[in-house]
Amino acid sequence: MAKVVKIALAGEGGQGVQSIAEILAEAANDEGKNALYIPNFGVEQRGGVSIAYVQISDGPIGAPKFKKADILIPLSPRSVKRTQTYAGKDTIYVYDNSLIQEGEVGDNIIGMQYFDVTPPCPTAEAPNADLPADMIAGEPKTCSFTKPGPGVDPKDIPEVKKVIAIPANDIAKNELHPRVFNMIILGAVIAATEVLPLDTIKKALETKLGDKFKENPELRTMNFTALDRGYNLIKSAM
Amino acid sequence: MAEVSLKGEQRVFMTGNEAVAWAAVAAKVDIMYGYPITPQNEIMHYWTRLAPKYGKRFLQTEDEISAGFTTLGGVMSGRKAFTATAGPGNVLMQESAGMAEMMRLPIVYVIQQRGGPSTATVIYAQQETTLTCFGGNGEGHRIVYSTATHQELFDYTIKAFNSAWTYRFPTFVLGDGYQAKMREPLTIYDPEARGEELVKPTALVGENHKDKQFKHLRNTYNTEDELYEVVMANQRDWDAMAAKVIEWDEKGCEDADVIVLTHGVVSRAALSAYEQLRAEGKKVGYFRPITVRPFPEEQLRAAIKGAKKLLVAESAYGQLLKFVQSAIYGSTIEIVPMLRPGVGITTEELVEELSKL
Amino acid sequence: MQELKENNILQPAMPSSWNEETKPHKFCPGCGHGMILKVLGETIDELGIKDQVVFGCDIGCSLLSWDFFACDSVQTHHGRTTPVITGMKRANNEIIGIAYMGDGGGYAIGSQHLFNAAVRNEKITIILCNNCNYGMTGGQMAPTTLPGMKTETTPYGRDIEQTGAPTKGPEMVAAVAPEGAYVARGTVANLRQAKGFIKKALENQIAGNGISFVEILSGCPTNWRTNAKQTWEFIEKDMAQYFKVGELRTPQKKEG
Repeated sequence: MAKVVKIALAGEGGQGVQSIAEILAEAANDEGKNALYIPNFGVEQRGGVSIAYVQISDGPIGAPKFKKADILIPLSPRSVKRTQTYAGKDTIYVYDNSLIQEGEVGDNIIGMQYFDVTPPCPTAEAPNADLPADMIAGEPKTCSFTKPGPGVDPKDIPEVKKVIAIPANDIAKNELHPRVFNMIILGAVIAATEVLPLDTIKKALETKLGDKFKENPELRTMNFTALDRGYNLIKSAM
Repeated sequence: MAEVSLKGEQRVFMTGNEAVAWAAVAAKVDIMYGYPITPQNEIMHYWTRLAPKYGKRFLQTEDEISAGFTTLGGVMSGRKAFTATAGPGNVLMQESAGMAEMMRLPIVYVIQQRGGPSTATVIYAQQETTLTCFGGNGEGHRIVYSTATHQELFDYTIKAFNSAWTYRFPTFVLGDGYQAKMREPLTIYDPEARGEELVKPTALVGENHKDKQFKHLRNTYNTEDELYEVVMANQRDWDAMAAKVIEWDEKGCEDADVIVLTHGVVSRAALSAYEQLRAEGKKVGYFRPITVRPFPEEQLRAAIKGAKKLLVAESAYGQLLKFVQSAIYGSTIEIVPMLRPGVGITTEELVEELSKL
Repeated sequence: MQELKENNILQPAMPSSWNEETKPHKFCPGCGHGMILKVLGETIDELGIKDQVVFGCDIGCSLLSWDFFACDSVQTHHGRTTPVITGMKRANNEIIGIAYMGDGGGYAIGSQHLFNAAVRNEKITIILCNNCNYGMTGGQMAPTTLPGMKTETTPYGRDIEQTGAPTKGPEMVAAVAPEGAYVARGTVANLRQAKGFIKKALENQIAGNGISFVEILSGCPTNWRTNAKQTWEFIEKDMAQYFKVGELRTPQKKEG
């Protein structure tokens, strides 16, 4: 029976959690592997935390959701608290340890049945106005409001096999661009787990965003740089 | 990126709703009628986008009652027609399903189950099993396929049209919100290119030609005796159809001590649990009805012969269980229910429950 | 929002008929529901009827108002808010029944109930939020979607040859309701006027004259995919051109 790798990602609306989950799944599919991706959705989702479940295997995949993740990636302090239940003793844990964090949207501010978390904020006067708002594949026009914060409390991190901290928000904001925060994380995850080759991810990104990259080659550079940055940061530390 | 089309065999990675829309195109369906309700909306979204390219028609009706009856109109005029719904919408569609049962109309409904009763959740459940099999004021003369994978959503949607038009019973594809929204790979294809026959629709009314014989269709009768004859005739046709249409899957039941019985998406978890436990040497069996209506009763009775316990797991409170109890009446096997209304069941949970038995 | 509230930078006092625990509310930024419910709350306060009100809401985004008010509230099924509130008022005519819904709940699945409540002159107040689409479920076509408008089920633009023209709800109610009815159409672009209509609608119920029905033109920037400026333009120009704002029926003054 082929092993199934179970990956759970969680974050605030605007962090692009569903996008990296989709890219992971599509990249795995492109490699000829079996992949299953399901977002959480529903009117009564508790909290503004977005969760995505991805499974990758050479064989069949069972239920769409799971109890314990092999790789757990909570991207905000609130997600760290809320995903503790998915951590097991064999879990590889990747989180963002910046002191810049995404703004949290109150738990009761939810509404749409088709956006898994915060509804998009088209009336906001263009944060990140310099980049097309739909730059991240498939992500609706969510607003990204980063602010300084206390960061993740180490006490909240559960007992796992391995913990990898990466200051992705810091890097994104100070060196690259806030919107590629999730790409940095994705690079780090690939380096830490080698669940798929980095090139496969790049190919999947190219396939997904190819048209937008053609219009604006800057985007490709930005995304790929972010991927490499995250990847190299972890690889050099290992 | 390769454009998705039905030319050749194409491996795609898409959501279940999208797969259903493509399957309907592949089955050469002419028209869809529908009304928005989560989690099946995307079937309409994809259908309306594909419609101009493939010459398909669409009508968004004022509600699900209308969607059901307009679809009946469509099939009566000899066009392959379908509708899709969930939850409270499914409740409303039962009126049209009743008419289809009585008048033997080949309508296809795609159901993406959500929590119940009433509005409940928009996410997932298996709480529409009873409703889909026996809703309405009749005897459940219908065919219900319960799918577990996207490949099955595609294959069985095509099959649903063939079954409906061959046997003339309302036919349902019973999916759920998880299947609707998740993404996984499947192969889409043109069934005729594979040598699979697509049953051609014929009109009941509305054809205009030289030797036209007009028809009078009704679903109302005057006396008890008249009705008895009609319902019994339908029952006989249904029984004859059942023998040909029943589908199920089983593994390892011959030497199993404990058998896990599930349907729909929960079968994926059951299959994984079965394989894991067998690898550990535990004598577990796996049984899955693919048609929940007609239910594979004989096949289940045969499968449980040597087993001591039967774990019935569903995301509802006893809907599948009742079918099982009815099917194996008289058996002394111990039934262990695992009833989780509105909640997903993971492989780990099934392994845990089975290990206890 | 929480920060704003804590630092007391929030807007002036909420209507006392609002349920403070559930604020800030759940609607999207720029949504018309929040505005309509605010003026409804103010009106309930001004009329002093908070404890008599039973507030019914439908499915769709209106469902998010189920715990909005500090009044008895019932969330019903899609399109069934009108009959539920009708049933309540018939059984207990002491209540002030308010049925709150969207364009689907009133003009699609609920249309037979709206029509019949109007014909029977049910002494309830129906407030309908018209934003030209089905918001909650992802932006499908609504009965009031404008010609040419793109929605998830009219991805190439609404073709009125195929789907019919946008429904004119208040006109329908005005045409069939007997004497004693109050029917109006307001807009969130003129909240003062809309509030006036809502007040007269509730007063009409209090006086026991007949049915009161108010449609309010509203915005849905999330599904229209418009920014603030475009949203207002759509409400004030495009929608107002199609749906005329004003009172359509008012009860005749009694002689003597």
